[in-house]
Amino acid sequence: MPTPPSLPIRMEHPLSLTKRRRFIDCIATTFSWGATLFVLFFLGSLLWTLLYNGLPGFTFHLFTHSMKAPTQNGGLANAIVGSILQVGFALLLATPTGLLTGIYLAEYGGQSALARTVRFVSDMLLSVPSILVGLFVYLIMVAPLKHFSGFAGSLSLAILAMPIIVRTTENMLRLVPASVREAGIALGIPHWRVTLFICLRAAKSGIITGILLALARIAGETAPLLFTSLGNSKFSLNMEQPMASITLAIYEYAGSAYQDWMQEAWNGALLITAAVLIINIVVRIGTRKGHL
Amino acid sequence: MIHSLSVRVQHKIDPFFRWLTLTTSCITLAIVLAIIVVMAAGGWKAFAVFGPRFLIANIWNPVTQQFGAAAPLFGTLASSILAMIIAVPLAFGTTFWLTMIAPSRLFSMVNMAVQLLAAIPSIIFGMWGVLVVVPIVAHVVQPFAQWLFGSIPIFSAFVAGPHFGTGLLTAAFVLAIMITPSITAVMCDVFMAIPSVLRESGYGIGATRWEVVRYIMLPYAHEGFIGSIVLGMGRAMGETMAVTFVIGDHNHISWSLFAPTNSISSLIALEFPESPTGSLKLASLLALGAILMAISFFTLWCSRWFLSRGSIAQCR
Repeated sequence: MPTPPSLPIRMEHPLSLTKRRRFIDCIATTFSWGATLFVLFFLGSLLWTLLYNGLPGFTFHLFTHSMKAPTQNGGLANAIVGSILQVGFALLLATPTGLLTGIYLAEYGGQSALARTVRFVSDMLLSVPSILVGLFVYLIMVAPLKHFSGFAGSLSLAILAMPIIVRTTENMLRLVPASVREAGIALGIPHWRVTLFICLRAAKSGIITGILLALARIAGETAPLLFTSLGNSKFSLNMEQPMASITLAIYEYAGSAYQDWMQEAWNGALLITAAVLIINIVVRIGTRKGHL
Repeated sequence: MIHSLSVRVQHKIDPFFRWLTLTTSCITLAIVLAIIVVMAAGGWKAFAVFGPRFLIANIWNPVTQQFGAAAPLFGTLASSILAMIIAVPLAFGTTFWLTMIAPSRLFSMVNMAVQLLAAIPSIIFGMWGVLVVVPIVAHVVQPFAQWLFGSIPIFSAFVAGPHFGTGLLTAAFVLAIMITPSITAVMCDVFMAIPSVLRESGYGIGATRWEVVRYIMLPYAHEGFIGSIVLGMGRAMGETMAVTFVIGDHNHISWSLFAPTNSISSLIALEFPESPTGSLKLASLLALGAILMAISFFTLWCSRWFLSRGSIAQCR
């Protein structure tokens, strides 16, 4: 009697197959719980370390006194003012350029060669390591002028903020329906007014989100300021001179061996993290509720 | 005021406005071109003096004016690859949990936490690394690893060395914890962009959660998935502040995971202030910067290629 040809499927008891599938699924589920808890645990540890070390000494004194020599009970007032000035000026530079570039990409450029190149290049700018931007500004601005300045720091922060604003402006303008534009044009309104007073207004919330996210991003940057604004331990509003900033103060103090400087570094770290997180939370709540 | 302009004047502004936006977009172009030219020109001297050997020379000696890129290049690549080995499973597990397992209340909470944590400034991770991770590595991880692998011939090389706490593995771990939230955020976007019909049909034929992810979601979105990984890799390689504190600042290639080493960006951050204008050291640092830029553009190009072939072209 000829033997029947063997079947290409494995003849297993259906229950054992089910068991194995359940088992694999169980392993994957356990692993994913584990991974999530692991990540949350370490990020929680980070936040706890920050609060535990940053909260003591986080008083009004920090905002009213400038950086001083160790053991002289200084504050961070000059660093806070320096950060605000530099970040503010950087946004002042980056917002108009970013907006106009985003408008060009969304309204005029289309899929032309120039628009595609600008899009790609702006993505490149988004991924350039921030320390290289600092190096670049040092070479084109600090080295020729022979002195460090708050303006140079602002310029490097602006270079980092611009691609973020370009990207969100373009995306948000693209979300405005073409019929809105056509309606405006049909009324005889010039294209530039349709863009500025109709499309941009419709896309306002998204664009503000983009600018705020750019703000949050550059406020926490240290590397691009190292060789541009250098840091300054005195209170100064002159942006043509070296300028302090919170992140640079943290970098300088955290590397020191003095107890009170370390303490101020953690205070500064808590301050900058809180600022960045608050901006992000405001943006998220704002976009969810449709305000902004 | 604008409203009072005559219609004819208003229409005359149109070409001017178009020209204005076009010129402004050229600024971006000019900046990137300028960065490339300036870095390449600055670093040219190093290549002119040392030749292509600069890339592979394992030496960094300011006293004898001999510089080579091998050690920091190795440190950058090794620390970011190790960071990816740690971060990718974590990010994938978290994404799996967020998209497949999490109850909706927990989902929105954890999702929000992950996205917020992606925004924390990197210098904070560096400080946390010094205070928390370095002592753990020095007192727990390395002694344990040496006890475990110390007597096995090949593995012992990986765990050798004194217990500094700072070094390759510490830097990689801090980087991993730093980039996991951002990889997770992109991965989640990729998974959420998959049509839910696919997932439901998987469950419909009785597949388990893991089978739905492994045989339906991953094959469908694998390009976007790889893109998110490459994006994280790019961020890890260019990172300065988180690494500078914990990598140990020692220009040395070692097999040991616990040996202090250096990355390109931390070497630049630490040594640039001590490099006089026009010196060979400055040129070498700029050449390193140019190499780092080339690597980061290459990874960007890869991630764009994968993400644009994947389910979401305009991810972030």
